[in-house]
Amino acid sequence: MLDLSKYQSVGEALRDALDQYANEVCLIEADREREKERLTYRDFKQRAHPLAKALQDSVFSAGARAGIIMTNQSKWLISAYAIFFAGGVLVPLDYKLTPDEQWQLLKHSEASLLITEYPIWRQLSGSPGRATATNVQTVLVTEAPANADLSGAQRWEEFRGTGEPVFVARKRSDTACVVYSSGTGGRPKGCMMTHENYLEQCVALTSLYPFWPGVRYLSILPTNHAIDFMVGFFGPFTCGAAVVHLRTLRPEYVRQAFPKYKITYVSLVPLVLKNLQKGLQARFDALPLGKRKIFNALVGVNKALTKSRPRLGISRLLLKQVHEAFGGALRAIIVGGAFSEPQTLQFFYDLGIPVANGYGLTEAGTAITVNDLKPFRADTVGKPLPGMEVRILEPSADGVGEVAVRGKTVMAGYLNEPELTAETVVDGWLLTGDLGRFDGAGHLQLAGRKKNMIVTEEGKNIYPEDIETVFESLSVKEFCVLAANYIWPKRSMTGEKLVLALHLEEGQQYSEELHQDINARNNRLINYKRIHGIVLLDEDFPRTASLKIKRNVLAERLAKLDSGTAILPL
Amino acid sequence: MRTLEQTTQEVLDLAAKHFQLPSGSLAPDDDFFKKLGIDSLQTLEMLSRLENHFGIELPDYEVQGVSDFKTLAERIQSRL
Repeated sequence: MLDLSKYQSVGEALRDALDQYANEVCLIEADREREKERLTYRDFKQRAHPLAKALQDSVFSAGARAGIIMTNQSKWLISAYAIFFAGGVLVPLDYKLTPDEQWQLLKHSEASLLITEYPIWRQLSGSPGRATATNVQTVLVTEAPANADLSGAQRWEEFRGTGEPVFVARKRSDTACVVYSSGTGGRPKGCMMTHENYLEQCVALTSLYPFWPGVRYLSILPTNHAIDFMVGFFGPFTCGAAVVHLRTLRPEYVRQAFPKYKITYVSLVPLVLKNLQKGLQARFDALPLGKRKIFNALVGVNKALTKSRPRLGISRLLLKQVHEAFGGALRAIIVGGAFSEPQTLQFFYDLGIPVANGYGLTEAGTAITVNDLKPFRADTVGKPLPGMEVRILEPSADGVGEVAVRGKTVMAGYLNEPELTAETVVDGWLLTGDLGRFDGAGHLQLAGRKKNMIVTEEGKNIYPEDIETVFESLSVKEFCVLAANYIWPKRSMTGEKLVLALHLEEGQQYSEELHQDINARNNRLINYKRIHGIVLLDEDFPRTASLKIKRNVLAERLAKLDSGTAILPL
Repeated sequence: MRTLEQTTQEVLDLAAKHFQLPSGSLAPDDDFFKKLGIDSLQTLEMLSRLENHFGIELPDYEVQGVSDFKTLAERIQSRL
């Protein structure tokens, strides 16, 4: 079992791993069918140390914050390691946000350094948001063409110091990363994750899903996401395993990567997992009747033999073709970011491919519960990870209440938001805002949300406050975006939608013109952030003394309307 | 060399074919997420088909944030 107890920081654990596994492959990077790069831990160190030295030679000091906005690739991890080595605090940002959103978070994080890719920098450098984030003093850009206009940035490849950098020690309680769980356009929620959070989470997770030299993890979820940061970087690196990056995520190249690189683990969001299921099911359905009967019989045998625990060897023999399509070395698919439907999880398990289903949130350091496969359960999100205390607050008669979590992986708080932190972490217990219950076997079952937000199948957390700016100056008396489930609670974690509540001016009608305006504004939002309907309320919205809408009271009032007829579809 | 109009028309025709819609049912300004009701994964599949047709490679970052056929056609045109 992995022991990280002697380490004080993420950088320290990684530093030793680079020496301990010097000859092992740590990174493979492919672009379509071409393999671009294959690095050993020794190579990785040789790339990262000159960067760390250059950072130390510049104004970068212990505790300084550095943003990374990159797609999944080797330079992401090399840069992150150099930042940790130099004692910095990493601010991993989502490359899919708009440039203005990225600048907004860079400003909020007070990052002095930004490391990004040239195509992203092209967008960022021309964005008006740049003028506001004056804290960003240095920008390093990777893979810029020879004659490119860098708009004040420096080339990452040329930002190299000579001589050995000096490792900067950090304490376990120091912030390692500021990870944004939401807040683009609203109130930024920058989770301050400590070195202890990561060290403890890594030990807990690898006790159930171990890595070792030779294991290959296919990194598809964005590395800024808590899951990929842990199982696509820190976890495998502390154990000497390898991470495979693909520069394009087209389904055909992802499919090819499994057999080509003999992938051991991959993390997917539910949407991709479901898509994979559909594709496989279509292939099974297309089998000639005789073959299909044999195949179904083999699946039946596999189900019977793996009822109490996975038996990978047997499953690979019984369902050889299926497993060969996945490379023949796949041990588990890790699914996260959003709720997965039980029948999808069961589908894969019946084929002998365990799905590590769990439940977590950034604030709790990746995962809170994970299916331990003893036995596999598709109907729950598993049991609490070792070291994690989970309890249900104010349970109803059927045991459902808000899920609260305590443990060494819970964040130190939200950056510059003491009030929000105090509301979220009470006496050491993180209030998740999710509803759930424990079954007799100690498995957690989720049952909807208490908080006003939705999670899409693509694993995107959408907070209504974050998208309201697009409806500003709408010609109505007042408006508010809410999650439909927040108004009309249903015990489900799927199919969540946002609605726009409107209070029209006196005598105003909901006109076609207004409808068109709302539609046009809605279309400016990226697809997964869009609202799905309008709810009209003919009364003033409840407000606080400072005139902020009391969303919970408004939701209670809207709840009196019939959800079946109150929502006008867009 | 195709003109942008020709490229746009070919993109629309191919997208309609890919998603089994009647020819002429898509317009350059259509938001393909909304019009086709597709997710990001299905968009990637459509892109692969467009790449094969035009004989180009369209890096994922080039289509990041693009949601209408017109802009998509412009990105393709710049690589022809």
